[in-house]
Amino acid sequence: MFSSFLINTWITASIVAVVAGLVGFFVVLRGSSFLAHAVPHGAFAGAAGATLLGLDPILGMGVFAVGGAVGVVTLGRRGRNDVVIALALVLMLASGALFLSLGNQYSAEVFSLLFGQLLGVSSSSLVPIVVLGIVCVLAVLVAYRPLLLASVLPDQAAARGISTFGMSVFFAVIVALATTLSVPVVGALLMFSLLVGPPAAARLFSPDPLRAIPLSIGFALVVVWFSIAAAYLSSLPVGFFVTLGSALLYAAGRGWFAISTRRPVAA
Amino acid sequence: MSGSAAPVLEVNGVGVSLAGRRILHDVRFRIEPGEFVGLIGSNGAGKTTLLRLILGLQAPTEGTVVFDGANLRHGVIGYLPQKVALDADLPLRARDVVALGLDGQRLGIPLPSKRRRALVDELLAAVGASEFADTRVGQLSGGQQQRVLIAHALISRPRLLLLDEPLANLDIRSAQEIVELLARVSRERGIAVLLSAHDLNPLLPVMDRIVYLADGHAVAGTTDEVVQSAVLTKLYGRQVDVLRVKGRVLVVAGDEHDHGHDE
Repeated sequence: MFSSFLINTWITASIVAVVAGLVGFFVVLRGSSFLAHAVPHGAFAGAAGATLLGLDPILGMGVFAVGGAVGVVTLGRRGRNDVVIALALVLMLASGALFLSLGNQYSAEVFSLLFGQLLGVSSSSLVPIVVLGIVCVLAVLVAYRPLLLASVLPDQAAARGISTFGMSVFFAVIVALATTLSVPVVGALLMFSLLVGPPAAARLFSPDPLRAIPLSIGFALVVVWFSIAAAYLSSLPVGFFVTLGSALLYAAGRGWFAISTRRPVAA
Repeated sequence: MSGSAAPVLEVNGVGVSLAGRRILHDVRFRIEPGEFVGLIGSNGAGKTTLLRLILGLQAPTEGTVVFDGANLRHGVIGYLPQKVALDADLPLRARDVVALGLDGQRLGIPLPSKRRRALVDELLAAVGASEFADTRVGQLSGGQQQRVLIAHALISRPRLLLLDEPLANLDIRSAQEIVELLARVSRERGIAVLLSAHDLNPLLPVMDRIVYLADGHAVAGTTDEVVQSAVLTKLYGRQVDVLRVKGRVLVVAGDEHDHGHDE
């Protein structure tokens, strides 16, 4: 399972985990889980559309994911955010299904983009993944403090001249890029669990953001490595193990949090 | 406090209309350095709109807001909004929230710095929050959270501290402690305070002056000048009685038809 044949898979999965752990910390902090759930549906529609037109599915995913994320954030500014996201989500899902039914010869390929595939990474597709990963990580690190302030104390941030709407759009683009790059191994739909599970668990284990973030990245790496090994050994879909691992970590975090925040019995 | 210094804040005949409705009419008052000013009015009187205007989050339809004799509010104001929701499992300690007040607008990850840490510790001590400096903010009581958020607002050394209903969700004792804390900080650091509230009683011992808002109209002055039947009757456009009982003030509005409303 460590043959050169699979080495790209390990590299890609590790990049995906680092990005998911870092970006996901802010997804959970901002309460953007629903957005992070919707964006992959845009990616799905984009992949299906691009396949229908004979274009690179990754390109279609990127365009639809970024467009969908920015559109949702912009429309949700004045209206009810959850309603806008919900309608956009099903609209994109339906479009994806439509594109698939119009030209179903590549549906197996689209299925692997959605749910992940162990052997999906060629050396040529490694480059865009590395580049997208570096862009996502740098963007979050550079914007770290204003993003943190705008996420936790939006009114104070606005009073200091930080545009909270600008921050929302900026962050939506990062989520879209992170979703796109995750596609070849974890799968777009299941990337969502990696963006939410490990960070949500990590923040329960540490109240210090500069510890919770590395912990979140560590958790995501463990989940992804465990999932690849398990998928290889069992020949079951890798995405299932990613989702299972994320959920188990979060459950452990809840248990830890319940115990650690209980009032001490004796002073 | 010296009369020669420029006022920290001048609100000059400010009016605001939102969606065709007048929210504020010709509001004018000034705040001198180090003054403690109460912004008093019932819900819907226009207090939050006035604070948003001072913060620059809302543009006045008419009139001007001037800081330190200039038009720049940047770095002048520390702000504590009315509603701050901090989740129980938010991964931030009290000291992280205070540190964000120091350099939250800067780019990049904060590098470990002794000076930064010392400043955060100093502010935590100043608001009486040293004990829970390393506790998750979401696990603190309402009064403890207010202390942390006040430290967050103070650490950038503002000249004016704006607080929107900071006493609204506190029990009587916590509210009193917060008022005393603000009065002490204002005195020791020479920071002017503008605090909105619907009840003026907790503020009576510490207020230098009062801005009383009703239906978007304001009167400003010392408490004795403003909190009088004649003044408030004119402001509300209806009979208002001011009763003083054991050092407390009761403002009682009569029926609308007691006195002609001129709107």
